[in-house]
Amino acid sequence: MTTTITINSVDDVQQAMAQHRYVCEKSLATAVYLGLKLPKPLLLEGEAGVGKTEVAKVLSAMLETDLIRLQCYEGLDVSHAVYEWNYPRQMLAIRLLEDHQVGWDVAMHEIFSEEFLIERPLLQAIRHQGKPPVLLIDEIDRADEEFEAFLLELLSDFQITIPEIGTIRAKHPPYVIITSNRTRELHDALKRRCLYHWIDYPSLEKEFQILKVKLPGISERLALQVARFIQALRREDLYKLPGVAETLDWAAALLALNQQELSLEIASATLGAILKHQEDVQFVRKRKLEELVSTAVAED
Amino acid sequence: MTATVNFAQRALTFARLLRRAGVKTTTGQAMDFVRAIEHIDIGSRTELREAARACLITHKDDIPVFEQLFDAFWRAKPEYADGSLQSGQPEDAIRLAPEDGDEGEDEGDGDGRTLEGIQGRRLGLVESLEETEGEESEEGDGSEVFSYSAAEVLRQKDFADLTEEELQQTRHLMEQLTWQIGQRRSRRKVASPKGRFIDPRRTMRRSLQTGGVPLTIARRQTKTKPRQLVVICDVSGSMDRYSRILLQFIYAVENGMAKVEAFVFGTRLTRITRLLKHRSIDEAMERVAREVQDWSGGTRIGQSLQTFNTQWARRVLRNGAVVLIISDGWDRGDPELLGREMARLQRSSYRLIWLNPLLGSPRYEPLTRGMQAALPYIDDFMPVHNLASLEALAKHLCTIDDCRPVRRQHPVLPAPAPGNRAA
Repeated sequence: MTTTITINSVDDVQQAMAQHRYVCEKSLATAVYLGLKLPKPLLLEGEAGVGKTEVAKVLSAMLETDLIRLQCYEGLDVSHAVYEWNYPRQMLAIRLLEDHQVGWDVAMHEIFSEEFLIERPLLQAIRHQGKPPVLLIDEIDRADEEFEAFLLELLSDFQITIPEIGTIRAKHPPYVIITSNRTRELHDALKRRCLYHWIDYPSLEKEFQILKVKLPGISERLALQVARFIQALRREDLYKLPGVAETLDWAAALLALNQQELSLEIASATLGAILKHQEDVQFVRKRKLEELVSTAVAED
Repeated sequence: MTATVNFAQRALTFARLLRRAGVKTTTGQAMDFVRAIEHIDIGSRTELREAARACLITHKDDIPVFEQLFDAFWRAKPEYADGSLQSGQPEDAIRLAPEDGDEGEDEGDGDGRTLEGIQGRRLGLVESLEETEGEESEEGDGSEVFSYSAAEVLRQKDFADLTEEELQQTRHLMEQLTWQIGQRRSRRKVASPKGRFIDPRRTMRRSLQTGGVPLTIARRQTKTKPRQLVVICDVSGSMDRYSRILLQFIYAVENGMAKVEAFVFGTRLTRITRLLKHRSIDEAMERVAREVQDWSGGTRIGQSLQTFNTQWARRVLRNGAVVLIISDGWDRGDPELLGREMARLQRSSYRLIWLNPLLGSPRYEPLTRGMQAALPYIDDFMPVHNLASLEALAKHLCTIDDCRPVRRQHPVLPAPAPGNRAA
C-alpha cells in the first residue's frame, strides 16, 4: 500500500483515493486534482456525514504527509487558531532575568522569542518543514465572519505576521481543504479564492460500493439491502436525512448483531443509528418502516 | 499552441456567458479555469465539465444553470486544431455570446433571445436588471410637503384602505423608521477596560512597562451582535390587500438593518432574501413578483412552515434568531400539521412573533382553525395593519434583549379538536 504515488491525472487521484478506501466520483477527483495542481484551497460543501472531512484525511494519507486540523467554532480567534504566547513561562522568565541583572532590551527580546510561542494549527501549517502538509479547516460555517475575514488574508499569501517576531511565510504552502455544512452562506470573497465542490448524497451503486469497501465483513446481500433502505429513506420528508456516516454506523450495528439480512424488528430496534430526531424516528417507525424494509428486501 | 490559445478564449467566453446568466463568476475564477485547462484532458468532455464546475461555480444553486449552459456551449467538440476558430467566433457559441468586445450589456434583445430559450426566466431577469440599473428616484413629489396632521392620519390608516398616493407616502415614512433588533452575546471577546475577562496578552505587554509586574490588568468582554431576523410572509389571496405593502416593509427593514432573511409563501415557500438585495425598491419588488409562483393563491401555512423547518431552519436560525410570521391565519391545510410545525419553529427560534393584519380591527378574534392551532406557540401576537403598528413593532424589536422570554411549556403534539374553543 505504501508505494509512493505520483499524481498526474484525475484518474490517478481517483485510484489513489480508492486505495485508501474512499469511493469518489470523477467530479470530486477532478476538484481534488485541480486543488493540488493549481494549487488552490478546495471548499467542500455538503450535508452532514457525506464524507467531507474524510477527503482531507485520505488526501494526507495519499500524499503521505501530515494532516493539520483546525476545528472552527464561534469566537475562534488568533490566539486559538494561529499562535499564543506562553504567559506563565514568560512571567517566570522575567523573574529569572531580573535576578541575572539582564538589560531591559535583552529581556524583551528573550521573552518574545520563539521559545515562548505556542503554535496553533494555522501557524503549524505555515511553518511546517518538509513536504507540504494538508490543512483541514473543518466546518468553517461555525466560525463567525470575523474569522472568515482573517482567513482570507492567510489563504491569499500563506503568511502570518507576529508583531514581536516578524512575518513568517510558508516555504511550501499547505494543501488546504475547507469544509462547510452550509448552516450559513459563506462570504463570496472567501468562495472566490477556492475551488468548490458540492458533495451530494451517494447514488445506490456508490453507497453499495462504500459499504463493501468500508466494512469488508459485510455480505453483498446485506450491503445491498442497507443501501436500498437508506436510499428510500432519503426520499421521505425528514428533518434530518441520514448521511453516509449513518449508513456505515447502521451497517456496522447490524453486523455487530450478527444479522445477515434486514428484518422489520431489527430495523426498528436499530433505527436510532440512522435517525437522530424523535419526530423522525416516530414518523418512520409508525408509518414507513414496513414499506421501507419490504422495498429493501424485495427480489435480489 | 494556437489551439490552446483558442481554447482559452473559448473558456473565457464561457465564463462571461455564465456571468451574464446571473452566476457570480469573477475574472480570477475564469483565469483559474484557463490555468486548469493545461492540467486536464480537454478531449474529455466530462473532465472539462468537472474542471469548469470546480473553478467557476461557488454556489450549489448555480449548478443547474451551469449544466445547461455548459451543454449548450460545448455542444460540439470544436475543431480548434486547424485554426478555423482563430477569429474567436466558434460557430455554435457565437449565437449565445456576442464577441463584440465584452459590451454585451446594452443590446437588450437580439442575441439574448437565443439564450433565453435555454435560460428562460433568469436571463430575462438579468436583462431587465441591466436596463433599469440606472438612476431612478420618484419620491420627492411633494412627499416631504404634507403636514404633521396628515402624517398622523396616515399613520393610523389601515394599509388596505390606502390610495396609490398614500402608498407612496407610507413607503417614504417606512424608510425613515429605524430598525434595531436586540443584541445577543457572541462568543467573541473584545478589549474593554471593565470587561469580565482578563486579557493575558495585553496584560503581559503592559507589565513590561512596569518591570514585569502586572500592575494594571487588561480586560476583555464578550462582544454583542444584532440578532438575526427572519421574516416569513404570507402572500396568498386572502392577504392580497396587504402583501405588497408588507413586502415593502421587509425591504425597508432589510435596508435599514444588517441581517434579514426573508421568505414568502402561499402554497409553497420561496426564499426572497437575494431578490430583495437591490438598490431600487421597485426593481426588488419586480424581481419578487416574477420569481414567486404562487402569488395570490391558496394558503398552506403548515406545509410552508414544514419546508422552512426542514430546509432552512438549520441555515438561517442560528444563534437565537427572531422570527416574524406575517399572516392572517387563513389556512386551507391540516391544522395539526401547522401546530406541530409551529411548536418546532418556536423551539428553534429565540422569539417567535406573529403579525396579523386583521388584529388591527377591534372586533377581530383569532378563531380560524389555523390561527387556533398556531396560537399556543406564539411568543408575541401583534397587529400589522398601519404605520403605527409598524412603529410599535420596531419599538418591540429593540426591547428583545439577552434574556429568555417566559414561555409556557407545551406538549410536543397539540391534541385539541378544532372546534373546541372553550380554553
